[in-house]
Amino acid sequence: MKRMGTITVWRDIGASPDRNGSTERRSVVIVGAGPVGLTLALALGRRGHDVLVLEKRTFIAAASKAICFSKRSLDIWDTLGVADTMVERGVIWNVGKVFWGARPTPIYQFDTAPIKDQRMPGFINLQQYHCEEILLHGLAALPNVELRWGHELTGVQRSEDQVSAEVATPGGQYHIEAEWLIACDGAKSPARELLGLPFDGRVFEDNFLIADVKFKEERPSERWFWFDPAFNPGQSALLHKQPDDVWRLDFQLGPGIDKQACVRPEAVEPLVRGLLGPDVEFQEEWYSVYNFQCRRMERFIHGRVIFAGDSAHLVSPFGARGCNGGVADADNLAWKLDLLLRGKASVALLETYNTEAIAIADENILNSTRSTDFITPKSQASRVLRDAVLQLAEQHAFARPFVNSGRLSTAVAFANSPLSTPDEDEWNGVPPGGAATDAPLGGGWLLQALAGQFGLLSDNFDAEIAGIKSVQLAKHTVHHGVLRKRYDLSDGAAYLFRPDQYVAARWRQPNREKVLAALHRAQARNSGGVKP
Amino acid sequence: MSKLVLDPNIVHADEVYQTLVDAYEGLDAGEREAFSARLILILANHIGNEQVIRAAIDVARGDDV
Ligand SMILES: Cc1cc2nc3c(=O)[nH]c(=O)nc-3n(C[C@H](O)[C@H](O)[C@H](O)COP(=O)(O)OP(=O)(O)OC[C@H]3O[C@@H](n4cnc5c(N)ncnc54)[C@H](O)[C@@H]3O)c2cc1C
Repeated sequence: MKRMGTITVWRDIGASPDRNGSTERRSVVIVGAGPVGLTLALALGRRGHDVLVLEKRTFIAAASKAICFSKRSLDIWDTLGVADTMVERGVIWNVGKVFWGARPTPIYQFDTAPIKDQRMPGFINLQQYHCEEILLHGLAALPNVELRWGHELTGVQRSEDQVSAEVATPGGQYHIEAEWLIACDGAKSPARELLGLPFDGRVFEDNFLIADVKFKEERPSERWFWFDPAFNPGQSALLHKQPDDVWRLDFQLGPGIDKQACVRPEAVEPLVRGLLGPDVEFQEEWYSVYNFQCRRMERFIHGRVIFAGDSAHLVSPFGARGCNGGVADADNLAWKLDLLLRGKASVALLETYNTEAIAIADENILNSTRSTDFITPKSQASRVLRDAVLQLAEQHAFARPFVNSGRLSTAVAFANSPLSTPDEDEWNGVPPGGAATDAPLGGGWLLQALAGQFGLLSDNFDAEIAGIKSVQLAKHTVHHGVLRKRYDLSDGAAYLFRPDQYVAARWRQPNREKVLAALHRAQARNSGGVKP
Repeated sequence: MSKLVLDPNIVHADEVYQTLVDAYEGLDAGEREAFSARLILILANHIGNEQVIRAAIDVARGDDV
């Protein structure tokens, strides 16, 4: 594959034309065409907004980054019309197995999709460059979204009601005045640096080797994780299947290593053979060493500059919470910004992006930090407890829930969202602030029926409120046993969903007034300042 | 039952105490640590209640009043 400096190119796109010295006015500028920026561009673009995306690269990079995409990300991408392609292109997997030492059978096993009867699988594995390419393909259908490649943000200035951005191209500089600038510019976020905003957190000392290798062999598409395997004693290892006969092998190497020596074939191959067996014929796709950090910005909204994805938060990779967390940001932000841009909501609604996206980031950081501490114990006591868990888990079911090889990314629930209306009745099902669980509906699926709008699910009640899509079970001939059970739907009950498929409110005895009040609350209208 | 029992709760205290001491018989330092860890995990699971476990940790650390 072609290289640009140290980066391998997956797909060369080429530089967009220079715009020397010009000044333009824009509504929304997204900086960064990584998976988060592209998801946001798609979500805003499909809602009809004019969006400009600036990307300093002129290509899609082939570097080994994310591979595991969660059901929640797929549910989000499904509302954007790209999930089916991702699933077709990807490798579906639901089962994770955990091995310990040289034992040939797993000591623990889990299912990432314990709730069946949903349209999307628990997880797919797909190289991040495929994911980005599919998102770009989705964007190609939107004339209102413009992507500029080889255009780098080099300066940001904030004022009360706009952002001034300096952009550099190989041929010169130009200037953009934007209403909103969304910084999806990755972990090193130049926007964050230019504004001098802190990014506090913790650096982990352990190094990990990624060996993406190609070989042909029938192996189950499952996530296999080893504690202290014979082929990498005292450390951990992870195996994932990717499309195109590529496999990701990930080996913990420990702190204080010679990173360059570790990626030489003579250092990598014994580990690969140890994991796969001595006779497997494989080719190198990519060898690299990484270590990781957990960080987050104190706020994600700074006036008219908004941060999403890695620019706002970083997590350890255990649990696949990095990109999946960033996609959740884009999804949370898109509908709020949409209502704001259309004058249907105030900055009070936007402010809930700050609180909800921080809730997502904090849960992701908490979970991935705990996994990291279990996988790479930081003290003698924590190692002793960890080993005791592994030993007990082999024989005793009670110890298995303690085994933490990564808690895989799921939708984060907002226990205290100001957008939720508290229950007035007794319920099981999905509470306000929880993300909808899919279920069969008619000949299709609940999440598809909700279609990324405010939605009211009921038997045959319709509040007849403009802007709320009514999904009535009585309109179909099937009984919907799964859906009724999943949502604990009694006769006459109703659920109000937000455009991001989160539950806003639910009632055993709904009426129009209740629904309207909950809708206003979910749009943060009660906090004032909305144009009528 | 969601409160840590700190009153005497074992009928044959001497028996149980001796059983604990005996359980460590013949173990070296590393094995003792590992054994304690297993025992704590087994008992913690048996208790099940998070508040009781937390309260027990506080008492064991001497953090109680
Ligand atoms: C080894 C590894 C494995 C991982 N595995 C997973 C996984 O399985 N699942 C998961 O969910 N996550 C995973 N992650 C994390 C995931 O890769 C990131 O969270 C994800 O890339 C974040 O996307 P983003 O769009 O926020 O940022 P990025 O992907 O970093 O994109 C930022 C973009 O902004 C551009 N940019 C930067 N500066 C400028 C500028 N000044 N002007 C214009 N453009 C600019 C960059 O060129 C880049 O294209 C993994 C990460 C690593 C390193």
